[in-house]
Amino acid sequence: MSAAEERPAAPRDWASIAQKVGTPIASVVLAILIGSLIMWISGYDPVAAFAALYQGAFGTPKAFGDTLLKSTPLILAGLGLAYGFRANLFNIGAEGQLFMGGLAAAWLGLMLAGQPWFVSLPLLILAAMLAGAAWAFIPAILKARIGAHEVITTMMFTYIARYLVSWLVVGPLKSPGQIPQTGLLPVESQLPRIQSLFSEATLQAMPFLKLGRAHTGIFVALIAAVIVWLVLKYTTLGYENRAVGYNPFAAETGGISVQWTTVKALCISGALAGLAGAVEVMGVHHRLFDQFSSGFGFTGIAVALLAKNHPIAVVPAALLFGALSAGGGTMQLMADVPQKIILIVQALVIFFVAAEGIITYFIKQRQKEVTSHAG
Amino acid sequence: MPLLELREITKAFPGVLANDRVSMRLERGEIVALLGENGAGKSTLMNVAYGLLTADSGEIRVDDQPVKIKSPRQAIDLGIGMVHQHFMLVEPLTVTENIVLGREPGRYGIIDFATARQRVREISERYGLKVDPDAKIMDLSVGMQQRVEILKALYQGARVLILDEPTAVLTPQEVTELFRVVRSLVDEGLSAVFITHKLEEVVAIADRILVMRDGAVVGETTPGDTDEIGLARMMVGRDVVLRIEKGASTCGEAVLTVADVHVLDDRSLEAVKGISFSVCGGEILAIAGVDGNGQRELVESIVGLRRPSSGTITLKDKDITRANARASIEAGVSHIPEDRHRRGLVLEFDLAENIILGDHRTPPAAKNGIMHPKAIAELARKRIADYDIRTPSEHVHADNLSGGNQQKVVVAREIGRDPDLLVAAQPTRGLDVGAIEFVHKQIIRERDAGKAVLLVSLELEEVLSLADRILVIYEGQIVKEFVDADADAETLGYYMTGGGGSKFASDGSNVQAIETPPTGGNE
Repeated sequence: MSAAEERPAAPRDWASIAQKVGTPIASVVLAILIGSLIMWISGYDPVAAFAALYQGAFGTPKAFGDTLLKSTPLILAGLGLAYGFRANLFNIGAEGQLFMGGLAAAWLGLMLAGQPWFVSLPLLILAAMLAGAAWAFIPAILKARIGAHEVITTMMFTYIARYLVSWLVVGPLKSPGQIPQTGLLPVESQLPRIQSLFSEATLQAMPFLKLGRAHTGIFVALIAAVIVWLVLKYTTLGYENRAVGYNPFAAETGGISVQWTTVKALCISGALAGLAGAVEVMGVHHRLFDQFSSGFGFTGIAVALLAKNHPIAVVPAALLFGALSAGGGTMQLMADVPQKIILIVQALVIFFVAAEGIITYFIKQRQKEVTSHAG
Repeated sequence: MPLLELREITKAFPGVLANDRVSMRLERGEIVALLGENGAGKSTLMNVAYGLLTADSGEIRVDDQPVKIKSPRQAIDLGIGMVHQHFMLVEPLTVTENIVLGREPGRYGIIDFATARQRVREISERYGLKVDPDAKIMDLSVGMQQRVEILKALYQGARVLILDEPTAVLTPQEVTELFRVVRSLVDEGLSAVFITHKLEEVVAIADRILVMRDGAVVGETTPGDTDEIGLARMMVGRDVVLRIEKGASTCGEAVLTVADVHVLDDRSLEAVKGISFSVCGGEILAIAGVDGNGQRELVESIVGLRRPSSGTITLKDKDITRANARASIEAGVSHIPEDRHRRGLVLEFDLAENIILGDHRTPPAAKNGIMHPKAIAELARKRIADYDIRTPSEHVHADNLSGGNQQKVVVAREIGRDPDLLVAAQPTRGLDVGAIEFVHKQIIRERDAGKAVLLVSLELEEVLSLADRILVIYEGQIVKEFVDADADAETLGYYMTGGGGSKFASDGSNVQAIETPPTGGNE
């Protein structure tokens, strides 16, 4: 056969990796630039604002701790979304599974009072993952059996989960007192803060370990990222997940059950979202109340998008969103820029990542123009 | 003075020089055939002429005047019309509506349908292209739809008609009819460019033949000066065996037995209406038919992608009637799907990942759910070497390969599995002569190794060249059986289009005759 048949391939070289990383980074830079422009037009000093934001997110160990704190559930929710996206499933209802995970962890934590930590911590985590998976299971079955779209069903299930939690914390699970919340989890069911793992002397010697509120849930999240990456890359489960996501017809022809793979993918996605809810309850609030998640399940969508559904890339992407969230308060305080402007920057990041197609289109148009002039 | 002239056209895509200083000219009243393998640059050149692509450099001249063609609109204004391989018609609209679409006669947004119909009728009579102006496109046969496309180009004032692989979707009778039509258009003073990779068509229709390879014109000739063998050599750059020699089949035991199978299609209509046959080891049984006569549903029912509504399918002694795709693979059935992009490959996967699809649960690819990348890569490299897949490495994504190499990946996977039964559905669709030769050799090799092969094809050449036995399918039934030697394209075409009546298979005695495998493959 002729040489022209051998079109250039895309080997796994640095250029192709740079290209993959390029768009997300360009999106973030563009978002910051346009965010600055908006601040400037509104009469704020963007340089001071972003300096304050940086200070608030990374300036001190405590600030960085806050970034880690915010990033932890985002990594987990982002992983869940990414795993679903890899099977071409949009688990927009991760927030609902996150609520169920938080609920399971809080309820079981209260039940297991008196158990040692090495019993209660694994059990809580497992229960939260099962609860998240179970909450995704019904939409998954509906999708697999009758084709009901998961965007609708998981979203509806999110409402059910949120109102269920709202009711439980004013009703059966409410602790004595005025505030609608559960009782405090026993210490054995809490994820300890990172700095609490070290002695006072160590902290004095290594002050960068004074990470404030950051808790050990971050390690759970990092381990989960590695596991999801390994699963996708090195297991039959992950292979079938990706095959169904890319081309369900070819997968079916290759003897893969598309329905069963769909169910598994949504349940695993739900389990990871449930885990996100658990670390938030076990590591931050130590109890359940109806506002315990500030939309981590939804921000997880943006994290997965920015990471282009790569489990390892989810970590830096979640750190970015965590930093924006943690630094926003400092920005408002020090530069007098409303914290809401951070939401604009976040929205712009998502916009540019999603608009990759538009950008590519403009580049192509430009190339076409150049070539036609040359002709 | 040439009507259309392309001078030194160069067009590069990232990494590929699709056209490298290609020149061609087209005189009034002439049919030029552009012959070449897939990826030789034929379509690129014609897309440049039709304004779908802009050349990097080079010049286009119409009536000896230099012109810039940046859009199909401009091409049409200059009298250049193109009929694409995939028709661009609005199915629910009528023939007239489709033809005048974009240039409707009338004023103030109100279409003057009487005038439109009149004009369509005029053109169709003038060129002898009979078609019902009020028929809906979706009710027309593929051949008629193509005729509408041609009429549309003529209505728009085309003087040059570019036909991109026009015969790919036609029956032999429709091809003959198309050739007659094109010939009469040219007699009326039009000119035509015929893009194809089919040698016999070029010889039959062209006045002049331009052979392209690797983005450049490698030869120009006329049908009188050469034959199919010579053209193939020019096109591929080496000698090619057009019709593969094979020995007599040695029919062993029945491997696949299909008994009175009925299958519903996606709309729950009966697409396969009681088909019975058997294929024995060492035999290639071909099912010939016009697209859409139940072949797809029949194949899907055999490979476990669709459950028959009644009847039984047996592989050796095992009932696989209700087997799913996985069970079917495990039972020993391999399947080369008719559409490699839809069912054959995961284009986003690399070659190694594609080569294990279907075998991805079992050693060497995986054990206990854990995959073995090293073993997978090793297997992939072996298949790449054994099946001559042209790729820099096994980590190249499938969509970066040419169609021929993609198909080789599918063939390598399905045959490499060492099945008892190979179901090959249009295994050479869209391939060029070199790749076709390769795939055909592999299929015959399987047969010679004693495997049963069920070939489903719309290409009569392929059927006649490969099959030991041919069943003609028409409207979901087997209407005729041929044993190798007594079939020819004309007769096959006659039965494929319903010529023999469709009741052959419903007659019990004939079903019996079909069920008995011929002894020795010949009668």
